[in-house]
Amino acid sequence: MLTSLIEMLNYDFILRAFIAGIIITICSSLIGSSLVLRKQSMIGDGLSHVAFGAASIATILNIAPLEFSIPIVAISAILILRLSQNAKINGDAAIAVLSASALALGTFLISINKGVNIDLNSYLFGSILAISEHDLKLCIIVGIIIIFVFLLFRRQIFAITFDEEFAKAIGIKVQLYNTILATLCSLIIVIGMRMLGALLISSLIIFPCLSALYLSKTFRGSIIASVILAIICFIIGLTISYILSTPTGATIVLANLIALILSWLYNKIK
Amino acid sequence: MTVLQIKNLSLKYGNHYIFRNLSFAIEKNDFLCIVGPNGSGKSTLLKCLLGEIKPNQGKIQFENHSQRRVIGYLPQNPHHSPSFPASVYEVVASGSLNQIGLFSRYPKQKIEKALDTLHIADIARQQFSTLSGGQRQRVLLARALVASSNLLILDEPSNNLDYNSKQEFYRTLEKLNKSTTILMVTHDLDHNNLIGNKILSLDPNLPFFGTTKEYVRRIHAH
Repeated sequence: MLTSLIEMLNYDFILRAFIAGIIITICSSLIGSSLVLRKQSMIGDGLSHVAFGAASIATILNIAPLEFSIPIVAISAILILRLSQNAKINGDAAIAVLSASALALGTFLISINKGVNIDLNSYLFGSILAISEHDLKLCIIVGIIIIFVFLLFRRQIFAITFDEEFAKAIGIKVQLYNTILATLCSLIIVIGMRMLGALLISSLIIFPCLSALYLSKTFRGSIIASVILAIICFIIGLTISYILSTPTGATIVLANLIALILSWLYNKIK
Repeated sequence: MTVLQIKNLSLKYGNHYIFRNLSFAIEKNDFLCIVGPNGSGKSTLLKCLLGEIKPNQGKIQFENHSQRRVIGYLPQNPHHSPSFPASVYEVVASGSLNQIGLFSRYPKQKIEKALDTLHIADIARQQFSTLSGGQRQRVLLARALVASSNLLILDEPSNNLDYNSKQEFYRTLEKLNKSTTILMVTHDLDHNNLIGNKILSLDPNLPFFGTTKEYVRRIHAH
């Protein structure tokens, strides 16, 4: 497997995907912990569908998809956050309506624009060929921003994740940090969608964190475990997809699923 | 010295007053219990004190004007997933976030002092969610102490505690009260089991603010 890994990294497009993938996995597992622990994992899923709709519109309008999607998905993230917190409306249903509508709109627009050459599958399931040099640069910039912001606010993020009511009472700006988290989540979704696909990117936010919950007793430890697991699963998934010529996104998600099962077993027998 | 002064506080939903022209004050080292039946407005009053709900009229004044940020608060039934990965130390340390800057370290001495005061230093590395109900309340009380040792606001802290844990928790509060002002919302104190030196009753049939002794006399007369 190591020989295959070294061999595949000789290809420029795989090297780009490798670097982008490492950045995406680090960022998604950082943010994922808070979303999963607050039972807001579906925000990631909803946003990925919005990202698909936005990218479809951008492609049809011949605009750079990532730059176009980032503000739209960021606004949707804040909207979804508000919907999920609003006790007066059924937040879950509202998120489902928004995400399904965005997915339907994207599919509809792509199908009626027959003159535009778009591979629907690559948007939905991701493609290792999709990461251009420009995408990689954007990915690095966005990745650095996400990691920096998370590290800067990690203690506040812990406080609002553990006990929002207490955090609010002692004067932590809970709404501000919720908005920051939702925005960071939207950035990850957009940069990760090209490689993992709209249907699978949210799994990168959820799986490593769930596995880490079985391995660590502390918040800090669970985030470190989540990042390490996510990177290992990404490298294994990418390499296997290269060897077996399987879809990269799906293979990475399956590697994460195996890691989750192994973590659960470890937790049961230890 | 007055730690908290409430003047003519009123709050209403629609035409229904939750409380009307409520006035009381807490002096340093007081232990005030807010009592009353369900729906009498105990938790709503607390939300006003914490700034979550704006009253229709009246004034809430803390010892110094910026004190809202330095209240030690113990919420009612904080609900966490059984697998939540947080150590006791992480939970207690999070109480200091109202005092430190983004780039500052946690105040180690203050945290360790709170852990020692609540006798939980030996479980500081344990996972919070694996502790018993009584231990969890002590950890959350330590977190509140780290946030502020001047004024602790406790919202029904004895909920879900068995009889022994409850008695032990109240003893801990009485010890803390020697150096800390405490305001506690509670519904499980009967007149044979009162703690603290002052009572605010929001019971519409027996509105009262005064000393605990006087409250007992009033109950017997009632």
